[in-house]
Amino acid sequence: MNSYVKLKTARKNGRPTGGAYVENIFEYPIEFHGDRRFGDDLAIMGGVGFLEGRPVTFLAMEKGTDLESRLARNFGCPKPEGYRKALRLMKQAEKFHRPVICFVDTLGAYPGADAEERGQGQAIAESIMEMMGLKTPVISVVIGEGGSGGALALASANKVMILENAVYSVISPEGCASILWKESSQENVAKAAECLHITAQDMKEFGVAEEIIPEDFENFSQMCSDMKKTLINAIDELSALSEEEILNQRYQRFRKFGIFEEKKNGIFKKK
Amino acid sequence: MSFIDNIMQKVNGSAKIVCKKCNHEETIGNLEQHDYICPECGNYFRLDARVRIKYITDRNSFKELDKGLISKDFLEFPNYQEKLEKARKDTGEDDAVVCGTAFIADNECAVFVMNSKFIMASMGSVVGEKITRLFEYATEHQLPVVGFTASGGARMQEGVISLMQMAKVSGAVKNHSNAGLLYITVLTDPTTGGVTASFAMQGDIILAEPKALVGFAGRRVVEQTTKSKLPDNFQKAEFLLEHGFVDAIIPRPELRDTLAELLAMHKRSV
Repeated sequence: MNSYVKLKTARKNGRPTGGAYVENIFEYPIEFHGDRRFGDDLAIMGGVGFLEGRPVTFLAMEKGTDLESRLARNFGCPKPEGYRKALRLMKQAEKFHRPVICFVDTLGAYPGADAEERGQGQAIAESIMEMMGLKTPVISVVIGEGGSGGALALASANKVMILENAVYSVISPEGCASILWKESSQENVAKAAECLHITAQDMKEFGVAEEIIPEDFENFSQMCSDMKKTLINAIDELSALSEEEILNQRYQRFRKFGIFEEKKNGIFKKK
Repeated sequence: MSFIDNIMQKVNGSAKIVCKKCNHEETIGNLEQHDYICPECGNYFRLDARVRIKYITDRNSFKELDKGLISKDFLEFPNYQEKLEKARKDTGEDDAVVCGTAFIADNECAVFVMNSKFIMASMGSVVGEKITRLFEYATEHQLPVVGFTASGGARMQEGVISLMQMAKVSGAVKNHSNAGLLYITVLTDPTTGGVTASFAMQGDIILAEPKALVGFAGRRVVEQTTKSKLPDNFQKAEFLLEHGFVDAIIPRPELRDTLAELLAMHKRSV
């Protein structure tokens, strides 16, 4: 599959959305609402549940599954109150020493006037910064689209997994095409998707994701039960670390990203 | 780059600059006297990084750190190499941020200044690495950080690696903050996208220059989404102040003194 086909696959209607993973992976999930400041954003759902008997906090971007729920959930494009709810629940997880599991699926943070008024940039900035300092393990799974900063706000994690046909990108290929070629025709979008390197396989290569999760939507409950095992393994690994080691592991995970050359005394050192 | 040229244009290679807001012509010397503010219409000219450093820091106090980090076109992205080469030639800089230590009215601090003339100060690996190193240096040496932001956002020519810089820098800012150290951001025109959604909004104190454009999504995108006309001051510093997202808007002539006082007020007294 080329990048454009993957992009279409990642966005396809009928592909399981965040809520479906919450239902299938956690025992007795209870959803919590609201950011305690402004409102409740249904583009991000969050709450607590058990993962094979172990308490966890879950956060899931939810695009909706039919027209009505898509409208209610703003097609999975979170507003500042969504990120502030997510951060509130992450802080709660830290307080009660339970891991956080995030399911990421968004075209991007909502680019509306109301979102700007309420500080979309500030909400994402705070989420990322606080996640970098969260003293509890965080695992993020990109299940569909990882759209830019709006996705990273729930993916500044100790470990990132990505579904085999999911994508992760700094900018939507449409946005990239319209900046580069002034027109987001299908051909240009396909070209942009190729240039940006957005596939799960690209993420594995860059180290942006540690693990690729196979898709089998025909046997979704089996797929989720396999995914559950993967999540439990990851949590077991991270739970063995001290708080300081968890913080350090996350810091080093992101510290290594960067491809550049360094000129010292006129000699180039490649990184 | 053309966006900048619209605002600041040298007339026939002479030492005059035209204000694109009101077409007023001014010599560079006079403009410097006026703090790079158009004496006719009050328009703020964008400052390049070296001019800003000279303007804000004590004479000869600036010591540059991490010079010589060079961006690579590792995705073989269309026209990126050409863009980099042109930006290097036009600005004489390696990339879009200058970092170092300096004194502001005898207050020692670490400083970064983003340069909008270098590919709209977009953030790729080099920008992310230099700012991360600066925060690490400041944490190690117990220094406050003063950062002047300006950016078109993450540098798409470096794909998802540029997105990762947001978390990388944020981690370093968090460690600096946990060490009890002060971070002041000065939002300058324009600060947008992934930079707004990371270190621009992570300061203990967030200042802005008057009328600076600061936002996450681009105005055109917001207009298309909202399908309505946006107020004239939308995403301007004054709009952010009104909505509670900046501490103060400081006119350029007062900026140096304000920073000096703030740095002095944050020295530990107990």
